[in-house]
Amino acid sequence: MNKLATIDPGTPRTAANLKEKRDLHTISLLVRDAPGVLVRVAMVFSRRGYNIESLVVSPGARAGFSRMTVTCSGDPSILEQMIKQLAKLIDVVHAIDHTTSDRYETEIALIKVLCEGDFRREALEIAEHFNAKVVDYAAQSVILRVYGDSDKLDAMIALFPEQNIVELVRSGKIVMTRALEMT
Amino acid sequence: MESRVTTGAEKLIQCLEREGVEYIFGYSGGAAMPIFDALVDSDIELILVRHEQGAAHMADGYARATGKPGVVLVTSGPGATNTVTGLLTSDMDSVPVIVLTGQTITSMLGKDGFQEADVTGITYAVVKHSYLLKDASEIPRATREAFHIATTGRPGPVLIDLPKDVTQGPCDAPFVEEVDLPGYSVPTHGDPESIRQAAELLMAARRPVLYIGHGAVISNAGKAVIRLAEKLRAPIVNTLLGKGAADETHPLHLGMLGMHGTAYANKAVDACDCIMAIGARWDDRVTGKLDEFCLGATKIHVDIDPSEFGKMVTPDVAIAGDARLVLEELIPQISAADTDEWLTQCESWKKRYPLKYAKQGGLRAQHVLDRLHEISEGNAIITTDVGQHQMWAAQFCLSKTNRHWISSGGAGTMGFGFPAAIGAQLGCPDSKVWAVVGDGGFQMTQMELATAAIHKLPVKCLIVNNNFLGMVRQWQELFFENRLSGVDLVGNPDFVKLAQAYGIKALRIRRPSDVDRILREAHAYDEGPCIVVAEVVKEDNVFPMIPAGAPLSGMIVEKPKEQMAKPTGST
Repeated sequence: MNKLATIDPGTPRTAANLKEKRDLHTISLLVRDAPGVLVRVAMVFSRRGYNIESLVVSPGARAGFSRMTVTCSGDPSILEQMIKQLAKLIDVVHAIDHTTSDRYETEIALIKVLCEGDFRREALEIAEHFNAKVVDYAAQSVILRVYGDSDKLDAMIALFPEQNIVELVRSGKIVMTRALEMT
Repeated sequence: MESRVTTGAEKLIQCLEREGVEYIFGYSGGAAMPIFDALVDSDIELILVRHEQGAAHMADGYARATGKPGVVLVTSGPGATNTVTGLLTSDMDSVPVIVLTGQTITSMLGKDGFQEADVTGITYAVVKHSYLLKDASEIPRATREAFHIATTGRPGPVLIDLPKDVTQGPCDAPFVEEVDLPGYSVPTHGDPESIRQAAELLMAARRPVLYIGHGAVISNAGKAVIRLAEKLRAPIVNTLLGKGAADETHPLHLGMLGMHGTAYANKAVDACDCIMAIGARWDDRVTGKLDEFCLGATKIHVDIDPSEFGKMVTPDVAIAGDARLVLEELIPQISAADTDEWLTQCESWKKRYPLKYAKQGGLRAQHVLDRLHEISEGNAIITTDVGQHQMWAAQFCLSKTNRHWISSGGAGTMGFGFPAAIGAQLGCPDSKVWAVVGDGGFQMTQMELATAAIHKLPVKCLIVNNNFLGMVRQWQELFFENRLSGVDLVGNPDFVKLAQAYGIKALRIRRPSDVDRILREAHAYDEGPCIVVAEVVKEDNVFPMIPAGAPLSGMIVEKPKEQMAKPTGST
């Protein structure tokens, strides 16, 4: 088993670079459960230079349909074109940009925090403040589970010194429009 | 006696018969054997090609000439990948083609078995839709959906990948009549309010232009276009693929616009104050430098595919719908606009900048094509390959009948012209069909001479032979200081002898004085294919020309004295 020697590579998630990522669009798709639909959707994003930041695929309310929630970043001038291209796919029932719609959104994160000695108390205080739950309590680390909107998750993560976050898994954002508006 | 169980392959063929398929263009192979076996007992005629790319282009040519979907059947792996260029060609130009590919058995999928390729994976980007069938019971539904998707809305190619165990095994699924595609809807009649706004813009214009594309061909909107032009008193221009939708010899027609369009079409578009795109997509070959395209003109866009709105040009009014139906709703709201001055202006451009070519100094492709148009009385179905001959054919062979002009526009596929003509001839046995090709493109699919010969198709193929890749050579001459690179086709075969080797009649034009006699002889010959090789001057250029990335006003009508800057446009 790999122990903590393998820390997530790449630039640590600091408050600054998390901030940059706020120019994200959230697109919700209702799709037919058909082989290849995920590839077809992903190809529309990649061909137009869009970067998928998170992608959640889950069963829809009706059998035979799935829901995809995609947060992405890219050239805003081609967003409308891209959504039309998504809607054009035979297996896509609809594709809607929810960046500005009246919606509820949430995300869940699991954060493995290295917390030996005095830092443990500080970590637990942060967790308590953000309503995070300790779901694993080990000798050198804890796993915190937190949910809420993505900004809140970013804010909490930014409070930990980067060397203390050894692993981070986020579910990706899910959204639903309020009242009877279609998501 | 035990009653036989229907196999998946038999069911598939029955489904194709129910769709009215007359021909399958195909090439056999291991994974497709059950389907070829089922074809033995079918009335559908198999056209055995010599290369799968030829099959794809034949199906495409058949579809463009008839409006009915063309069907391709090939085996797995390389058989399937050889159709990819054809799929791209059909996808770019919105042509209904169904490609059926054999596949390794389902239990071997993803295990790199013999002749396995992830064909749905390879082709995602070049199909309108595709299927990989894992169960024979899916065959009737997938086939019905495939034909529905390929032929409705903005048409396009659909691929069905068929593992051998699926076609070999039993299939007792019933035929399917209705499709259930909740993610697929096709606009038909345009939004009445948008149509009303379009009418207002058109009638307020003093210099309107109707810009016609392939969508007008597909929806058979030509008559409506002419009615609108006459009622509004506006000139018409068409794209390369829009040729034939509305009679190009009509007095209000200014011919083709764009990179090698007529000077008068481009001048009209550059000077217009209102442009209405009807089934056209503002391609870079049409607009030139987008920032300077039709400055100050109002723009109306009619397209059956809403994803075209705002892709290149943001229209003032966008109407999603079938071109013909939209125009039929628009026309009653139109009355004559005040365009007298404008029509006079267009007419004077037409007189001042006619298409012309040198009558001396050897045999010219333009001369041959000009005469071909005359001798065929403009009634032949003309297919082309890609390059100089294509542009000259577009300029000189004016189209007056819908679906009589067949050319690879979006993809610009060399090797398309000759097999497309074979498909068109099969689809339209009573029409004269001429393929106009260059020596470069012809050699990419020349093995289909055998296909034409075996079926004794009276298809005619004019090879415009300058022993060069002429269009690239022209660019190198104009923009690259004539540093020729990769354009000299030294080693070309004697095309007359090549055709004769297949038992095909072949004629050669060497001198301008031969042109009429030989074209007439070929045009009258109906006992089988006929190849005409025109040995034209090696170096000649297509004008007018708008260098890629230049605005329409940057059009040149002859070779400039000074070296030109390298073009900045896409290609």
